[in-house]
Amino acid sequence: MTSEPLLSVRDLRVEFSTSAGVVTAVDGASFDVRRGETVALLGESGSGKSVTAQAMLGIIPKPAGRVTGGSIEYDGRDLLALPATATRELRGREIAMVFQDPLSSLNPVFRVGAQIGEMFRKHRGASRKEARAEALELMRRVGIPAAEKRLDDYPHQFSGGMRQRVMIAMALALSPRLLIADEPTTALDVTVQAQIMDLLARLQDEEGMSLVLITHDLGVVADVADRVVLMYAGRVVEAGPIREVYEHSAHPYTAGLMGSLPAIDGPRERLTPIQGAPPDLLDLPSGCSFRPRCAFASERCADEEPVLLGAPGRPAPHSSACHHAGKVLTDAP
Amino acid sequence: MTSTDLDLTTTAVPRPATSTRGRAGSARIRFGLAVIIVYVVAAAIGPWLVRFDPVATRTQDRLKPPGSRLSDGSLAILGTDQVGQDLLAQMLQGARISIAVGLATLLLAGTIGVTVGLAAGYFGGWLDSVLMRLADIQLAFPSILLAIFIAALLGPSVVNVVIVLAVSNWVTFARVTRGQALTTRRREFVDASRTLGAGTWRLIRRCVLPACIAPVLVVATVEIGHVILAEASLSFLGLGTPASTPSWGVTIANGRNYLADAWWISTVPGIALAFLVVSLGVLGDALRDRYDPRLRSL
Repeated sequence: MTSEPLLSVRDLRVEFSTSAGVVTAVDGASFDVRRGETVALLGESGSGKSVTAQAMLGIIPKPAGRVTGGSIEYDGRDLLALPATATRELRGREIAMVFQDPLSSLNPVFRVGAQIGEMFRKHRGASRKEARAEALELMRRVGIPAAEKRLDDYPHQFSGGMRQRVMIAMALALSPRLLIADEPTTALDVTVQAQIMDLLARLQDEEGMSLVLITHDLGVVADVADRVVLMYAGRVVEAGPIREVYEHSAHPYTAGLMGSLPAIDGPRERLTPIQGAPPDLLDLPSGCSFRPRCAFASERCADEEPVLLGAPGRPAPHSSACHHAGKVLTDAP
Repeated sequence: MTSTDLDLTTTAVPRPATSTRGRAGSARIRFGLAVIIVYVVAAAIGPWLVRFDPVATRTQDRLKPPGSRLSDGSLAILGTDQVGQDLLAQMLQGARISIAVGLATLLLAGTIGVTVGLAAGYFGGWLDSVLMRLADIQLAFPSILLAIFIAALLGPSVVNVVIVLAVSNWVTFARVTRGQALTTRRREFVDASRTLGAGTWRLIRRCVLPACIAPVLVVATVEIGHVILAEASLSFLGLGTPASTPSWGVTIANGRNYLADAWWISTVPGIALAFLVVSLGVLGDALRDRYDPRLRSL
């Protein structure tokens, strides 16, 4: 686990111009993804987690959005500095992405077999027949029943879970080393969510690839992720091994999220939601963005923006961006 | 006899509905295709069977009504025109011109329109503004006036008619394609394809263009009728095909002066024209219903 990271995001800044002003969607986010590791990027809507993923793949909607600073190093190369043709070469072969809504992310006018097979035709110059065979093999691997029959179906003829499997098959076609899954289970039924997460975990294990799971659901990633990176208002507020962060939250936001989850085996208590509403990105409070919703907030929080530091008294990879991290740790139930 | 006929129709009708549920509009497609095939075959081999000589005149056989015997003993099924030409031969010859002009114009206008529409819709920005303002100017100009202007400039010939009509019809294709490209390029599957390594050219070809085909097909079937009519109008005005290549428009124009005495000269080619245009429209609608995968199997 001490090897060179596969992906290293440093001080990433992404801005969007809107009619109301410039929004900083990602504000100095930094994190690493090591080889073969599953990292969960957690955060609520507008926390900048999806935009971070879009920046990694160079698909930030233009001209409204643009990367204004930082670097995204993949295997030693800065994706933001590479020419467009070079990054395009990486996409699909090295880095692939699975989207939230599998119906809208599949091309409605082509049969799924052809869509999966196109990956082989485009990148490997496979013949139509070879591509079809490879597509069939992939569809079996991602657990689509009666794959031979379904090869010639259109995306709309599949159920949500099956569509997501098709999307995963396309993303895995060229055995990428990094798979980014942007809320892969949000649009699915709860029972199907677990199946898709199991599938992703199994494939990740088989392929030995790195997986970045973007989600707002703490439960979805609990069993799958190795590490978790929490984002709030475009900043990383806490990062560390998932058990460590879940059990010893060193940021009031994380602690609040944990407090708002019902405990399955614990006594039935009233849940404690996080006070207030997500921040307005156009009008962020000074200092710590979480300050208005935080029980620990002090004058220092308003004056000084907290930086990501090692959580006091906790093992090394655990870090938190809070002036009162120590107090949060000791106060936690 | 009548009872077996009835049986045939009652058993034949529900079959496509039950056995091939997804095949929407089979009957309409068959009807449309049949009519068009009849026209195309007639245009292709008709003039070989019924000779037409554009410069022949037979004054003793002028303005004979349909079904008359001519002076040389032959039967004029559709009658003769004001110079004694057989109307059937003239219409078969005219079908060639009308259909060829219609298809060639559609191909040219469609190619220009779809290319412009894709470029404007996909790339957007200044390119979109320039191309669409150009289209606006084109639309603001009365198309028949433009056609007359160009035709007068280039002189009457079949190729010039195609150019004239393509120039005045590409905008519809461009507008429809642009609208479709605009909505499609923002769809998630285009981003998904991009994240899987597709370049601009591939995205246009595999994601945006296929999404434009259904609406363009519908526009094409509407336009081909329109184009055949426009060619007829141009020829009617004397700016279309030259008199030696009698398109339906020329024939209809020639009959105008004789409407009171010899109604068939204008009416018969008019009916032929209307029937073709309607059949094309029916076919186009049915094709769209069938080949839009979202409408299929619903």
